[in-house]
Amino acid sequence: MVFHYYPGCTLKTKAIDLDKYARASAEALGITLAELDNWQCCGGAFTMAKDEIATKLSSVRALADSRDSALVTVCSACHNVIKQTNDAMKNDAEFAMKVNNYMQLDEPYHGETKVYHYLELLRDVVGFDKVAAAVKNPLKGKKIAAYYGCLLLRPGKVLQMDNPENPQILEDFIRAIGATPVISPYRNECCGGYMATEDKALAAKKSGAVMDSAKEMGADMMITACPLCLYNLTKNAPGEKLPVYYFTELLAEALGVKE
Amino acid sequence: MSNPKELELKEQVIRMSGVDPLKCMRCGKCSGTCPSYDEMEYHPHQFVYMVEKGEIEKLMASPSIFKCLSCYACVERCPRDVEPAKLVEAIRLLVIRQQGANHLKANQIPDLLDDDMPQQALVTAFRKYTK
Ligand code: SF4
Ligand code: SF4
Ligand code: SF4
Ligand code: SF4
Repeated sequence: MVFHYYPGCTLKTKAIDLDKYARASAEALGITLAELDNWQCCGGAFTMAKDEIATKLSSVRALADSRDSALVTVCSACHNVIKQTNDAMKNDAEFAMKVNNYMQLDEPYHGETKVYHYLELLRDVVGFDKVAAAVKNPLKGKKIAAYYGCLLLRPGKVLQMDNPENPQILEDFIRAIGATPVISPYRNECCGGYMATEDKALAAKKSGAVMDSAKEMGADMMITACPLCLYNLTKNAPGEKLPVYYFTELLAEALGVKE
Repeated sequence: MSNPKELELKEQVIRMSGVDPLKCMRCGKCSGTCPSYDEMEYHPHQFVYMVEKGEIEKLMASPSIFKCLSCYACVERCPRDVEPAKLVEAIRLLVIRQQGANHLKANQIPDLLDDDMPQQALVTAFRKYTK
């Protein structure tokens, strides 16, 4: 099976591992991620105002270019921006009209493309049972705290990925690769996000609470799908830190495709 | 809410955000869950209340508009589906859309960087602070 793939700007630079292991693991599971031609950065945050058009065009372009199949993203933030943009194209007629008038696509776009986060691909297309069956090196005995952060799941009614207050997709993923999930009460609280640019103290406080909670619950390591979460947890959280990995790296390790 | 300018601003914020402040029952849950609570002069539930009152200029002048992390916690957890973050966003846009009103200036950027910081952080800050 071939899916369109939107890697995002950070996965081409600081978060190369998130991208590289996502592709290698997908291949091992029978899925090819075909990178879109000429995709542009989504901007990292969805601008919530209805009258804001320009900042959403790169996402619409990626969506419209994928309408013959489905679009896969792996960065939490890209996933958030692209799904929210798709929802607006589908449900906000005035916004969609303005965008379509501006873009002059061969055929107007109205949110037809199905968007998958990579984890949804594993759960809904491959199936976590099939992932488990393909595991060659189970991560036995590893206690892993899933860190959802905020952008992977919220707003829940738009992203429709999992229950935003009591999610299980990452825990199911952890079980599929043979490890044991550890549930931390801070798994869906914010790490401080982009505020790390101008307010390091805030990022330290927020990411520190997330890290400390995972430590207290007895985790050996944490996983995330977001480059900014990984940065805040590894760089800005104070004190002793657990290692933090992209979930795709552990997947590649379990599937035996990590060089 | 008295003068025509405030009324116009209020209507603009409501149109941009799609939020109906009258749905709010002032339970304060949005502010209770906000990760930026300590950094804010006006908290999410106050944005809702003050927009309803038409006090938009006061909000526009407050540094609170640059403290929202866009974490969607208040959007998710509001029992009345008010979506306070959308008001913060609309008011922030009213400010940065004004000429010369960018919160982040290009010459400030090098000082904010370190070797590990992902593009995502900067790209997002740009989106939130500049036009
Ligand atoms: S979310 Fe990030 S990584 Fe993804 S494209 Fe947008 S800015 Fe770049
Ligand atoms: S970086 Fe922090 S702000 Fe972004 S998704 Fe991760 S948790 Fe949320
Ligand atoms: S959570 Fe919702 S109803 Fe409660 S104060 Fe905030 S906006 Fe109003
Ligand atoms: S979206 Fe903004 S206002 Fe709402 S809880 Fe998060 S930081 Fe606070």
